[in-house]
Amino acid sequence: MAKEFAAIFLTAILTQNFVLAKFLGICPFLGVSKKLNTAVGMSAAVIFVMGLATAVCYPINKFLLEKNGLEYLQTIVFILVIAALVQLVEIILKKYIPSLYNALGIYLPLITTNCAVLGVVILNIDEGYNFAQSMFNSIGAGFGFMLAMVMFAGVRSRLESCDIPKFMQGLPVTLVAASLVAVSFLGFTGIVENIFG
Amino acid sequence: MAEKKNLVKELTKGFVAENPVLRLVLGTCPTLAVTTSVSSAIGMGLAAMIVLVCSNVVISALRKVIPDKVRIPAYIVIIASFVTIVQMVVKAFVPALDAALGVYLPLIVVNCIILGRAEAYASKNPVLASAIDGVGMGIGFTAALFLMATIREVFGAGTFMVGIKDLLSVFGDVSFNGFSVPFLNENPMLVFILPPGGFFVYGILMACANKLAESKGKPRAELRGCEACPMAQTCSLNKKEKEEVAANG
Repeated sequence: MAKEFAAIFLTAILTQNFVLAKFLGICPFLGVSKKLNTAVGMSAAVIFVMGLATAVCYPINKFLLEKNGLEYLQTIVFILVIAALVQLVEIILKKYIPSLYNALGIYLPLITTNCAVLGVVILNIDEGYNFAQSMFNSIGAGFGFMLAMVMFAGVRSRLESCDIPKFMQGLPVTLVAASLVAVSFLGFTGIVENIFG
Repeated sequence: MAEKKNLVKELTKGFVAENPVLRLVLGTCPTLAVTTSVSSAIGMGLAAMIVLVCSNVVISALRKVIPDKVRIPAYIVIIASFVTIVQMVVKAFVPALDAALGVYLPLIVVNCIILGRAEAYASKNPVLASAIDGVGMGIGFTAALFLMATIREVFGAGTFMVGIKDLLSVFGDVSFNGFSVPFLNENPMLVFILPPGGFFVYGILMACANKLAESKGKPRAELRGCEACPMAQTCSLNKKEKEEVAANG
């Protein structure tokens, strides 16, 4: 049992990394990874919202949509639930836990229309995970996002001081650097099967 | 006459000058994810275009009815409805495309091109102009996906347009199903199909687009933090940065 959860968790972080293997959440990956502290703050908010969105959307799907044969409404319902949830959490944090709001709150609205959050909720259902498996997959995906963001923030701070040809400056060289980081993640192929197989 | 000219301009601006992928840097996630084969890239481009045109028309028609404060949720509901319709149509008539696009088909909802055009264009312009803007942007998006997928499929798999048969089967029996490229077919550079190849090809194409833009005296494409994001207006991260800039002079 524990083995199965560990396998799901590690797969989500390493072999099926959301950013570098599934291309979900590329906008914040490229946009917010310039400084290490913003990268960490953003990823922490993503982990939080991914966990929360799964915890709320899973029962809605299971007990409301599937029971009434309304699966085709998944896309509309999930995006609205996530958007409302993020707004609610932002308001609550601002009022009652200002210190946490200052650390995470500013990243929350950004995540509302982030494809990584909606993606993880839909993928959990496509994979047919149960509630516990879904939670492990979501949190793992969030940590995978954090790993990619933190690694890439380091790479980008090194890039700042490099002498880059003029036509490659800015976005092109950032994308090529992301490609090299993605190559390093290819090295994890098969690792989960070999550990838990 | 002048009006007609303007509409033509609205249509063609999305092709090159304001190409959503290579100039505005919108919709990066699907661009990287579905360009492993030309046929899925075309399918994705067309699906996004249909959603874009329909949502642009509806949002433009309702632009005076929707209160400003709740406009983003209202846009999301409209876009999500059209995505659901497209999703059901694709599932029913082109199941192979549904399998190829997988989770990226419902994720058109959060594609920044669509929400971005709704916010930047359809909410301020009449219905016909918005529809034409949607068609132009959709063609630009599809063209960019096609270009990137061609490079990735030819080098990475040594084939071109394999699987297009499933896409064309909607229009009747088609025998054309792509062809394989000699030499590359036996020795494909697999990395182009894998995720790193996606980032690499996108980076190189972006460099070419920048070079072309600079030679015409236009600014380079940049992802300026989150400014490209349609949520930028309401986003507190943006506000905080502006406050910091204001505080530090």
